[in-house]
Amino acid sequence: MDLTYGERYEQFRAELREFLAGWPLRGAEAQLPADEQERIFRKRGIEAGYVYRTIPSEYGGAGRESDPLFDRIIQEEYSRSGAPGNRLDQGPGLLVPTLLEFGSEEQKRRFVPPTLAGEMQWCQGYSEPGSGSDLASLQTSARLEGDHWVINGQKIWTSNAKHAHYMFGLFRTEPEASRHAGISYLLVPMDSPGIDVRPLKQMTGSMEFNEVFFDDARAPAENIVGRRGEGWAISRSTLKHERNLIGNPRLMTGQFDVLLEIARRTLRNGRPAIEDPAVRTQIAEIECYVRACETTNLRMLSASTRGEELSVMLPMMMIKLFSTEVMKQIACAAYDLLGSDGLLEPAAANDSIYDSSATTRGVVHNYMYSLGPAIAGGASNIQRNIIGERGLGLPRDLRAGG
Amino acid sequence: MHFGLTEEQQLLQETVRGFVAGECPPPRLREIFDGGAGHDPALWKGLAEIGLAGLTVPEAFGGAGLGLLELALVMEELGAGALPGPIFGHALACLAIQLAGSEQQQHRWLPGLASGERIATVAFAEANDVWDPESWQLDGVQVARSEPKASEDHQVRLRGAKRHVPHAALADLFVVGVRGGGFALVERGVAGLRIEDERGADRTRPIAALSFDGSPAEPLAGATGAGTRVRDAALILLAADAFGAAWHLVRLTVDYAKARQQFGTAIAQFQSVKHQLADMATQIEPTRGLYWYAAHAWDQLPDESPRAAAIAKAHITARASEVARAAVELHGGLGFTWECDVQLWFKRAMFDRTWGGNPAHHLARIAALGAW
Repeated sequence: MDLTYGERYEQFRAELREFLAGWPLRGAEAQLPADEQERIFRKRGIEAGYVYRTIPSEYGGAGRESDPLFDRIIQEEYSRSGAPGNRLDQGPGLLVPTLLEFGSEEQKRRFVPPTLAGEMQWCQGYSEPGSGSDLASLQTSARLEGDHWVINGQKIWTSNAKHAHYMFGLFRTEPEASRHAGISYLLVPMDSPGIDVRPLKQMTGSMEFNEVFFDDARAPAENIVGRRGEGWAISRSTLKHERNLIGNPRLMTGQFDVLLEIARRTLRNGRPAIEDPAVRTQIAEIECYVRACETTNLRMLSASTRGEELSVMLPMMMIKLFSTEVMKQIACAAYDLLGSDGLLEPAAANDSIYDSSATTRGVVHNYMYSLGPAIAGGASNIQRNIIGERGLGLPRDLRAGG
Repeated sequence: MHFGLTEEQQLLQETVRGFVAGECPPPRLREIFDGGAGHDPALWKGLAEIGLAGLTVPEAFGGAGLGLLELALVMEELGAGALPGPIFGHALACLAIQLAGSEQQQHRWLPGLASGERIATVAFAEANDVWDPESWQLDGVQVARSEPKASEDHQVRLRGAKRHVPHAALADLFVVGVRGGGFALVERGVAGLRIEDERGADRTRPIAALSFDGSPAEPLAGATGAGTRVRDAALILLAADAFGAAWHLVRLTVDYAKARQQFGTAIAQFQSVKHQLADMATQIEPTRGLYWYAAHAWDQLPDESPRAAAIAKAHITARASEVARAAVELHGGLGFTWECDVQLWFKRAMFDRTWGGNPAHHLARIAALGAW
């Protein structure tokens, strides 16, 4: 066991910190619009080898060798500085890894660079009103007519659909095949006639989700990733990336810091709540979970550095369920600390998965929003099935159509 | 950067796992458990032969010279096997003598303890749930010069009591915590020492109350501060033991759920059961790194050690208790019987949770030691 990074990595960290001292931008650049500033600094990060580190340079990445420890250091330092690094939205976070693994050369060249640059926005079209946890029952169809797919049906819970240029999603292309084998992975232009996007208002009051209706909408025939009927297998890989995103330990430590801040700021009997023995015990208990999550992430990181992923299969199956449960606990504890301010409405729309601002209404927002990650990307009870069946070797559920 | 086990450490765990499976399979474990002594001389001899009696003792004294991390890894396997025997108290006693004993005391005691020929244990607890060295009240009175001594080393006489001393009935030597957070050595059979079995629930590790009525004792020379180090080690070993015990209960319950038929099918087929098992496993597996980290910190990062040990102990033993309670429930009526083996690990988890201070006690310490 060795928890030091070693000289090579510490030097890397020192260089990275020096680089990150360039954010925020100064001088004339500081006068530019915010998104232009981000674009400039992100581009510098790519050139320096810190952003999109392992994505080949011909597709807009930095083209460096994969090294989980460099990735971890980059994640830590960017997170500390707040500088714009890897975009984590659905295009770069979910589609790009899938295209790099399964896409054609032409698809990679056409879609990856503008997606990384943030010029091409994506939404994910998986869930349907009748197909949530039972995703493979999806019915939205795509029929090949000449050189186009003709699409009919409905997707739901589609974040970012209003701004997206494209949807990557699953569509039934082989109605006669068995349910898993009848699905293909298509890239659908959102400006196609026949697509209607309607926002869904969430319990928080904000509107990140949408319903997307397809009425003879069209996508070019070449916009299929992999072959016909391979969509299910390809989507498994995307889901894995989504779970990794949700299992990100920085989200949790950020939330724990918010909890501490609220406890310091809130008064209980005229004293800061953080001095109250009952509050202290509760925070200590939560910290134990946070540390368990951190050390589990460290185990997984260590194993992946050494090519020993098999030794951490079980924690990898558990990390989504475990970390979303812990974040729910944190959110509830912070909410209770608000006392009567917990009666207020939550903060309005927030772009990040969690509000980390430690404002009263942000805490109310997280009290609700913390339920989201436990539902998205494979709900907790689906995770329990995976852990039970693949992790513990329990018999599979009796499922219609297997 | 490597947060994981070396090949040697993995091999050590495999060796101990193989030893437990071979020498103490469930029927033998049950015999020892029902026998009441929590001990089998052949088993102890076997443990000593593979080097476990003196795992942390320096090689110069016949030990293996390994760290607390290795000892904790061993303890995980012993918890998984609910192995009866005096190793918990014995290992802590060795650590105390290593840390605080004079050269002469180390020469005198460590070789016999490392070989397993002699057995030692530790006396921590006092009345009213006192466990921490900072709170120990038992004190030694200096022997007056004129008073005849049993030997040169007997410098004080103890008057008072200790509780919950593991495997006291077997011990040749007691490492007794005293006021100020240090230790004194008391040999078996000295005047004024009474040992009374307390009928502990975990019959793999029986406990006894000790009373001292002017018993001759020999303070460990460098005693100040050693108490907290040995206490932290105890917390980590109990956490590791609980981790192993809880995982064993998950496996036992998985096997039972796959075999037990109700409503015409294995109960593991039912999602209520499957999800409960998944939750049990998810309670315990993510805590593995907590005991690894705490043990590593004890060996390498002393400033981090007290808090990391408290976190491991408070959290893992609490999670293990929940797993143990769920294991009983999932076994149904059978799980509630004496005959069912679940109770052996259930009681192991009780000991791990409560000895050294329960989770509530250590959560308060975590807060007190906290950065917040």
